[in-house]
Amino acid sequence: MTAAVAGSAAGTSRSSLLRGLAVLASGALFGFGLALSTMIRPEVVLGFLQWRDFGLMLVMGGAVVVTAAAYAIAPRLMRRPPLGDHFHHHVSLLNRPTLVGAAIFGIGWGLCGVCPGPAIAGLGTGNVDLLWALGGIALGALAQGWTARSQFQPASNP
Amino acid sequence: MIRFFATATHRMDPTSLFSFGWRHYLGGGLFIGAGVALLFVLTGLVGGMSTVFTSTWSYLTRQPYFQQERFVSSRGWRLVFAAGLVLGAFVWWVAFGPPQPLRTALPWWQLLAGGLLVGYGARLANGCTSGHGICGLGSLQLPSLLAVLTFMATAFATAQGVLRFAGSGA
Repeated sequence: MTAAVAGSAAGTSRSSLLRGLAVLASGALFGFGLALSTMIRPEVVLGFLQWRDFGLMLVMGGAVVVTAAAYAIAPRLMRRPPLGDHFHHHVSLLNRPTLVGAAIFGIGWGLCGVCPGPAIAGLGTGNVDLLWALGGIALGALAQGWTARSQFQPASNP
Repeated sequence: MIRFFATATHRMDPTSLFSFGWRHYLGGGLFIGAGVALLFVLTGLVGGMSTVFTSTWSYLTRQPYFQQERFVSSRGWRLVFAAGLVLGAFVWWVAFGPPQPLRTALPWWQLLAGGLLVGYGARLANGCTSGHGICGLGSLQLPSLLAVLTFMATAFATAQGVLRFAGSGA
């Protein structure tokens, strides 16, 4: 957010307000979809992982198709986004941490049926039980950053 | 779990792949995709959800790992995006949800222990169900596909193991 607005002084506050509203509205669509799809219910996610109902494949499939279309088309129509500096890319690396981390993530997901998006969105439905999962995710992320600092090299930022 | 299903409006139909119907699943997925797409089209940002759990710690700890530029420069919009998630789910709850707050029958220790692994693993892998699953697959990244296949495999195995040995969720 800061990078996009740092350059220009005039009109900065207005564009950063618009940008904030765009981010909020996008998140609201995301959260509405998580609630509508019942992914915010750990019982439904575990039912999928235990092969009793396969609806989550439709959730993931629908989301991926719409996202792929936007990621492919938008950069061809516009040189830069109307409220941003440039089109970012999801950077994923084929290395040990990616696969080991994914394996650990899956074990946790299979245990509690909660992943980061629903842990946050579920709070909007007043589900205070999810605070246990949310707190766990936050502490897990803290532990990961804490233990990663020995390998961390400041120059390697993308 | 049985009690939860029994109180749901739709009954389980073991002969169907989608025992609760399919429209809300597909509709929900399209809304999720629309959120990620709108974020990208308007701002150019990529909206995975696990990074906010690392970037927000940069407000609270001076550890160099958390003070990386990619976390500090994105922590503001990531928190706004997370607030949007809460807002969107709240709108759904008010419009379509039950009158009382949703609850979860899972024991607290299962949510906490699972959450710890989810947080650690997703941040080590630099992505979760949305980061690798939606954004990564949406940008046709092979490492993300491998990450998705890996976490689906361990999640299936764990959930089936919990079902078999602990009986929880059965």
